[in-house]
Amino acid sequence: MNMLATLGKYSLATVKEIGKISMFSAKGFRCCLTPPFYFKEMRRHMVVVGFYSLPIVALTALFAGMIIALQTYVGFTRFNAEGAVATVVVICITRELGPVFAGLMVTGRVSSAIAAEVGSMKVSDQIDALTTLGVNPFRFLVAPRMIAGMLMVPFLVLIADIIGVMGGFLISTSVLDFSAGSYINQTVQNLEAIDVISGLVKASFFGFCMSAFGCYHGFYSDVGARGVGNATTSAVVASCIGVLALDYLLTAVFFGK
Amino acid sequence: MSNIVFSNVRKVFDSGLCVLNGVNLKIEKGESHIILGQSGGGKSVLIRCLLGILELTEGDIVVDGISVKDPDRWKEYMKKFSILFQGNALFDSMTILQNVKFAASQINKSKEAVDEIAREKLHAVGLEDRVFDLYPAEISGGMQKRAALARAISLEPEVLVFDEPTSGLDPITGGVICNLLKDTVQSLGVTAITITHDLRVAEFLADRVSLLNKGVMVWTGHADDMRGCGNEFVENFYKASNVILRK
Repeated sequence: MNMLATLGKYSLATVKEIGKISMFSAKGFRCCLTPPFYFKEMRRHMVVVGFYSLPIVALTALFAGMIIALQTYVGFTRFNAEGAVATVVVICITRELGPVFAGLMVTGRVSSAIAAEVGSMKVSDQIDALTTLGVNPFRFLVAPRMIAGMLMVPFLVLIADIIGVMGGFLISTSVLDFSAGSYINQTVQNLEAIDVISGLVKASFFGFCMSAFGCYHGFYSDVGARGVGNATTSAVVASCIGVLALDYLLTAVFFGK
Repeated sequence: MSNIVFSNVRKVFDSGLCVLNGVNLKIEKGESHIILGQSGGGKSVLIRCLLGILELTEGDIVVDGISVKDPDRWKEYMKKFSILFQGNALFDSMTILQNVKFAASQINKSKEAVDEIAREKLHAVGLEDRVFDLYPAEISGGMQKRAALARAISLEPEVLVFDEPTSGLDPITGGVICNLLKDTVQSLGVTAITITHDLRVAEFLADRVSLLNKGVMVWTGHADDMRGCGNEFVENFYKASNVILRK
């Protein structure tokens, strides 16, 4: 009976938390669509999310492309299909690995930073100060971060796609003895618009997800250094799970039967 | 200037903790009112309820006929207030000048006017041009307090709220800030509410004083009548404040 009660208690708490996050995200998203907009804040966060995440995303994409080329070559030689390496690399990168790796790397970097910044602002009364100045904290803190996430993660994914395919090309031509011309031809011929578009749409959702979780955990962080630390950890864990769950859902929407 | 009425204000948190239990208080226009009490007595919660940061469980707070619970007149209600937070609450990502300009821009549209007002207010609280482009973390606690005061008055409020204005400051800087607050309130002619546990600050700034203990208002009266008023809690508060630490 005790076990059932505990299970019920945790289930209710989980449902309540999901409800709170959903309401928070919806409120934040509504502020993204209606004025007033804080363009200066938006620009600042676009630089933080987009520009400063570029090196880490580029490196991740480069290695991902190189690894897929090698692994595919090794696997496909078993049934003499090594000619399909270029096709597999470009489809894997644009549809899946570009968006997911970029999403996870940016989440690790940005979601934690958002939670820590917003959490510190809460602890030091800066969020209350915004309210007393007549500024809606959702418009000033949440909306600019959400917009920055939704716009800049697709931009990062586009770059990750290009660098990832280049990584595959480098390994294929320098290590696996593919001819550059035929590799590029095969890549271009087998790449469809939906491959890239689906990745960019996913990226936009990932950007929204990591900003929403970062802001939510910051907003509701407990007081003190420990509270902010816990909020940061929770934000990263929840965002990563959110990115993977969204990835599955959107893949099902785009490519499911 | 505003007339503020607290009627049977009660605040109970989700955890069941009752912090305010039927607080009644009237603050007249233009007076400097001190809310005095021990730490954890409910002073900050009372102020957060007044500013609409926390929702009331029961009762009402009415400022010039506008209720804190009236969503239609929320903006009008909030425009009356400005607060100097205990920890200053200056925005870390903005310079001192930007902090004050951000506040001033909430009531002024022209960029030139905002800049002029921000610089004027910073000068009024005794800050020099050299600190304008520094970030809050780069200046002293006393300077931060002045900058936060400049930000508060740049909103041209009718009611100024000071939350423990001298906490964390040395006695000399605390004294300077107290004088600055008194001068500011007098020159602007606003209603001022100060919450503190420091009797010296209370006696220096107050027209009237209210004592809050464990969520209940135990005494309200003129500052001059506080000593020897016969109220047991007030007497004990005086005694406790005069305790000398011995080796």
